Amino acid sequence: MMTNKKRIDEPTGTETVGHEWDGIEELDTPMPRWWLWTLYATIVWAIGYVILYPAWPMVHSATEGVLGWTSRGQLEQQMAARQMELEPIRQALVSTDMRTLEGNPELMQQAIEGGRSAFKVHCVQCHGFGAAGSKGYPNLNDDDWLWGGDLETIEYTLTHGIRNPDHDQTRFSQMPSFGRDGILQSNEIQDLVSYVRLLSGREKNSAASTRGAALFEANCAVCHGADGTGDRTQGAPNLTDAISLYGLDRTSLTDTITNARFGVMPRWGQRLDPATIRMLAAYVHSLGGGEKIPVAETAAEAKAESGDNEQS
Amino acid sequence: MNNPKEVLDPDLKLYAARKDVFPKAVNGTFRRLKWAIMAITLAIYYITPWIRWDRGPYAPDQAVLIDLANRRFYMFGIEIWPHEFYYVAGMLVMAGIGLFLVTSAVGRAWCGYSCPQTVWTDLFQHVERAIDGDRNAQFRLKDAPWGPKKIGKRMLKWSIWLFIGFWTGGAWIMYFADAPTLVVDFWTGQAPFVAYATVGVLTMTTFILGGFMREQVCIYMCPWPRIQSAMMDEKSLTVTYKDWRGEPRGSVKKAEANPGSFGDCIDCNQCVAVCPTGIDIREGPQIGCITCALCIDACDNVMDQVGRPRGLIDYATLEDAELEKAGKPHNPVLKTLFRPRTIAYFSIWVAIGMAMLFAVGNRTRIDISANKDRNPVFVQLADGHVRNSYTINLRNMENRPREMTIGMTELKGGVMWSNDGSRETAGQTLVTKVPADSVARLRLYVAAPGEGPVREDFAITVAAVDDAEANDIDEVFFERPETGE
Repeated sequence: MMTNKKRIDEPTGTETVGHEWDGIEELDTPMPRWWLWTLYATIVWAIGYVILYPAWPMVHSATEGVLGWTSRGQLEQQMAARQMELEPIRQALVSTDMRTLEGNPELMQQAIEGGRSAFKVHCVQCHGFGAAGSKGYPNLNDDDWLWGGDLETIEYTLTHGIRNPDHDQTRFSQMPSFGRDGILQSNEIQDLVSYVRLLSGREKNSAASTRGAALFEANCAVCHGADGTGDRTQGAPNLTDAISLYGLDRTSLTDTITNARFGVMPRWGQRLDPATIRMLAAYVHSLGGGEKIPVAETAAEAKAESGDNEQS
Repeated sequence: MNNPKEVLDPDLKLYAARKDVFPKAVNGTFRRLKWAIMAITLAIYYITPWIRWDRGPYAPDQAVLIDLANRRFYMFGIEIWPHEFYYVAGMLVMAGIGLFLVTSAVGRAWCGYSCPQTVWTDLFQHVERAIDGDRNAQFRLKDAPWGPKKIGKRMLKWSIWLFIGFWTGGAWIMYFADAPTLVVDFWTGQAPFVAYATVGVLTMTTFILGGFMREQVCIYMCPWPRIQSAMMDEKSLTVTYKDWRGEPRGSVKKAEANPGSFGDCIDCNQCVAVCPTGIDIREGPQIGCITCALCIDACDNVMDQVGRPRGLIDYATLEDAELEKAGKPHNPVLKTLFRPRTIAYFSIWVAIGMAMLFAVGNRTRIDISANKDRNPVFVQLADGHVRNSYTINLRNMENRPREMTIGMTELKGGVMWSNDGSRETAGQTLVTKVPADSVARLRLYVAAPGEGPVREDFAITVAAVDDAEANDIDEVFFERPETGE
């Protein structure tokens, strides 16, 4: 039963709200006045905020606010500030000889971390998030390199790309399409497949592989080497190891020999600055398969090969 | 008492203004106790950051330091890392249960004596009395027109309050950085912005909460008075006006004129005058009473003057009050304090404390966390082996650099190397150096023959080179591609 009688509660001297539910009443204790002033203060604050900062949603955007603050503008400032912080590292990286980079663990680590983020922007589309690649896109974690896996070589590959037809310094090679162009008959290709699989221990010696050996000698050894270990100067893969870019099962191999492959990588020298390319090289080198720069090569040669960037 | 006409009284407002409280100075046992507790708590607060504690060359020498930038909490001989935050949680639980214990035994003693709001308000009220005079002078000054004298007194009082507030904030920041360095930085403008902002905020909160909000904080803002009513029971000591002895009230003259018809309370209002929250304890226990016991001092002084026994207002339990009303003897104090409830709280409190001490004493200061890299889950190597990689975090929680041996349990044909080494130098163990008081992260490569189960469990171990007892192990697994093409 609800009544509507306001009364003064005896023990507290406070008015009730006038409602009663089964004998339970509620006191209408006055709020402290400072609480009201606090509320007014927040209203004043809100008015100031609405004037100073973006607030009212309009059709296309919000009101601008007299301070002109935007979250995009703030992000730009923070990004610019971060770039300024990183500038000394980028300078140091560009002016460091790649041969001595590994002797400078701190700079190397900074380069690797920079490369890690650049990789996520520019490289993951083909090589995958963990740089594990996929069929036709090399796994950068392993210890098998088509063009070479030392810092300078990786930097050169990144700068000039692979098989860019409009660029002189690009890494270039072209395997003939033995089947499509009629160089080899399909039974000969099957013999060759058997021999190539024998090279990496995937098949046992057979009549087919023996026939294939002769065909290999005549058609393939010039690039892949008489023993099938490949040639990095022309990106000819090593056929004797456990790793292959397009697969060593019979179907894939038949396809490769019949139609050839023509893997392309963009030349990043026209898109990225030299420091970022060096960071990417350091990151790729750090993934577990990085090789030492050969000592036989002289510094002058190395400079001639990798120093000139396309942007410069 | 309340006339129904008042229902329509226009004076009953939606919002109530604060009633001024100008507590009168008083002397007595509890006032001295409050002085002592104020001195001790303020001394602890101001002096603690300046205590030095030698931890060797690799760690700060401040005894109590909350090093947020480096994520370390130092407390004398104990150093806590972020992953050991449960010790801090444990201390908070102990503080909570300690509060339960105190409240169930002696009521709102925390509120009355050691709550910072009480201590600083008390300090501010002393300043107020020193500048403006005692209770009556303060009333007069409040009603006086704003003239040079009043403005001068107000400016002086507020300046002192601001000064105290400034030192309150100034001491606070010393807990978060090396105190001597920070003081110099602060006054030469070198300190970080957050230091100045913190001091500014704490100066103003101290000024406002201690100078103006005072009991409003306890009555409207603090949740603890509400919780405490659930913590107390009929055996908890609390400040009690013994109405069965005091009522009906009457002046000494009236009592002399009508012997036997008046109680001991002479209605002198001294208990109200000295109350820092402005309540009348004679109305019974109430939310505004912080049990500071100053009304006990005031009443005892008056009883002494009129030659009546002390203790008209006294610490008593509800149960004792009922017994006394019925003319029976009290429960013994020890029986009141040591009852199942307080003993239970105390036992829990001690148990947590002992468990934490035991855990701190036995914690290992070397720790390994091994996480298998998942992208890629494995890497096929040219020679047919398979390589997995692991991200290893090695924690060296001692204040000296340590050499550690990383090892691996049985993984057939498995070898490992780190990003500093190479596969040519790989083996079953490797040694790495971890700097003092830090975490070393390294990438660990493990290679094993390609033939084997798709998933193979093993573990990575770590042990200090100089102390094999300091060791840790983390279980991981090795993954291989499905065999066959």
